[in-house]
Amino acid sequence: MTEGCNGARPLVEVDHLKLHFPIKQGILIDREVARVHAVDDVTFSLREGETLGLVGESGCGKTTLSRALMRLIDATHGAIRFRGDDITGAGRKAMEPLRREMQMVFQDPFASLNPRKRVGQIIGAPLRLHGIRGDQVEPRVRELLDRVGLASEHLNRYPHEFSGGQRQRIGVARALALEPRLIVLDEPVSALDVSVQAQIINLLDDLQDEMGLTYLFVAHDLSVVRHVSDRIAVMYLGKLMEVSPAEELYTKPIHPYTSALLAAVPIPDPRENRARERIVVSGEPPNPIDPPSGCVFHPRCPRSTEICQRVEPPLARYANGHLAACHHPLNVTPEEASVTQKDPSSPLTAGDELPAAADADGSPGA
Amino acid sequence: MSERLLEVDELRVSFATEEGVVQAVDGVTFELDAGEVLAVVGESGCGKSVTAMTLMGLTRSPNARFGGSARYQGRDLVTASDEELQQVRGAEISMIFQDPMTSLNPVMRIGDQIVEQIQEHQGIPDAQARERSIELLERVGIPRARDRVDSYPFEFSGGMRQRVMIALALSCDPSILIADEPTTALDVTIQAQILERVRELREQTGAAVILVTHDLGVVADIADRIAVMYAGRIVEQGTLDEIFYDPQHPYTWGLLGSITRVDRPRPERLPAIAGLPPSLAARPEGCHFRPRCPHEFDKCPEVPPLESRLDDKPGHKDRCWLTPEEKRRTREVEPGEIGLGSKEGVGAA
Repeated sequence: MTEGCNGARPLVEVDHLKLHFPIKQGILIDREVARVHAVDDVTFSLREGETLGLVGESGCGKTTLSRALMRLIDATHGAIRFRGDDITGAGRKAMEPLRREMQMVFQDPFASLNPRKRVGQIIGAPLRLHGIRGDQVEPRVRELLDRVGLASEHLNRYPHEFSGGQRQRIGVARALALEPRLIVLDEPVSALDVSVQAQIINLLDDLQDEMGLTYLFVAHDLSVVRHVSDRIAVMYLGKLMEVSPAEELYTKPIHPYTSALLAAVPIPDPRENRARERIVVSGEPPNPIDPPSGCVFHPRCPRSTEICQRVEPPLARYANGHLAACHHPLNVTPEEASVTQKDPSSPLTAGDELPAAADADGSPGA
Repeated sequence: MSERLLEVDELRVSFATEEGVVQAVDGVTFELDAGEVLAVVGESGCGKSVTAMTLMGLTRSPNARFGGSARYQGRDLVTASDEELQQVRGAEISMIFQDPMTSLNPVMRIGDQIVEQIQEHQGIPDAQARERSIELLERVGIPRARDRVDSYPFEFSGGMRQRVMIALALSCDPSILIADEPTTALDVTIQAQILERVRELREQTGAAVILVTHDLGVVADIADRIAVMYAGRIVEQGTLDEIFYDPQHPYTWGLLGSITRVDRPRPERLPAIAGLPPSLAARPEGCHFRPRCPHEFDKCPEVPPLESRLDDKPGHKDRCWLTPEEKRRTREVEPGEIGLGSKEGVGAA
């Protein structure tokens, strides 16, 4: 594929990816008794230089998906392509040159740095592993520390001497060491204080501008992810509910789940908070061992009807590349609903029923 | 006028550590009236949790030193004996802890944990205590409470465990509920459910709530008054609207400015407070926020007292030497937005 009208060709493509974890039981022979459907038929792509936010509550499969992308877990079904090459089953040797290009920053800056190693060793490790000569490592580490806003004298300190925000900067420096193209950020700021979150987000933003990085930014709510993302994907119980250009998701959420997630974020403004009508979604996400039939969100959805229990909604394509898997979409006019099409990224098990114009509700908000 | 429940006066808590004396709480003064929600806000390590835990006597240890007082119904909770505290704790003042995963006893049925607490304080028979615990679980929104009262904590999700924690805290109809980051470990949809529940319970029982949190969104949702803490001191306190719409301390500006909002167009850059909070073992002289403050001037090496600097708002107090006029000029107020500002008065970094 050459550069199309959509800009650059995708750096990463995830094609109908499934990750199921078997639950085994038995005395002599382990028998598979059930499966956890952690990621259940997810398709998306990441363009070079883009940031995709991946949002969902605990247990929705967002971390499993991001780890599968890094080839830290093997997929059950489907394909992952990096620059067009299928890496789904690539072995250690085949992955080695690609590891330089894809790096990860972890959620917990207290657990993801080896407490017995000095900062210089931590950041230098990927360089040494990839054959950088010993005497060239230190200058590069100093440069990286400087780049992420730490003093280069900090080279000889241990992780415990740093605060949470500083540690996360060390994690970022380590991920940058090999000049990757893709960085998977797994809730990089959720363990940090608000004022420090902003510092790290701004740093990530600057680094992306300078180095043309591609980010997959995983988050558990919609507040922080907005500031970094070009597009946002909302996940629920292993499936994509909605994929949207970032700003549009906040002004025009189509899926009722997205709208519920937005309504649940408290607004730090007392007057507006008092004026706002709050819709509190009842219940909790169901068990991914035995997901509900039809639309996985239907047991908690205020708009659910009979069809939602029976037919899994396909990802319908709306204007601006906005996708949503819902039979009764919000913020969509009947005219818009009448021209939607089933997107090829829809799960294979999804039905062909597109939201009927009569189901569309042009009124804003839920 | 509602009844005054708690008066905390110049509370000081320090711990002797290998790195020297850590002054975790340094002269904290506040009052709590019946039925109100007081939010104590600040970043990690500002002393907000230590303040809350000290009221429950949970910071007592050989290396801790206390000063000041916390008067509850004629008793001083700081100097009270362990026996006296035992009577107050769980019965009149109870606490909801941050982490619902580790705050319940994993090898005890949840119903038994509630029964134990009820019987510790009220001599009622087993069957009656059990009925009461089922009633409490229903009240905090646990479905099929009668079937689930004999479950173990591991059989519950995080949100459900936090509900059990709230049921436990409410078991003896306390007059003060201290909630230390009660929703931080939970997903947003569950957080909204829990906050809704706390709001209802306050209306039904008239209990006062001290909410310790770093999330100003949660505060805007539920608090009546706010105390902002920084490095062991309260730097500003006032009503919800005073703090949100006329903040006086530059640290409060920074805090308010750095929150992300889902209901507004996104800013080009997120305003951040430069630098890091000081170590409590080596705090700067004078105003502790001085090294991070873009508006520092020659008066700041002297500790500003916590007092009202606005003529018409005696309850709105702050610790900053700038005059209210200077503050209104230097802080950045876009319509409805607040930022720390910088020396030049241009956009916050």
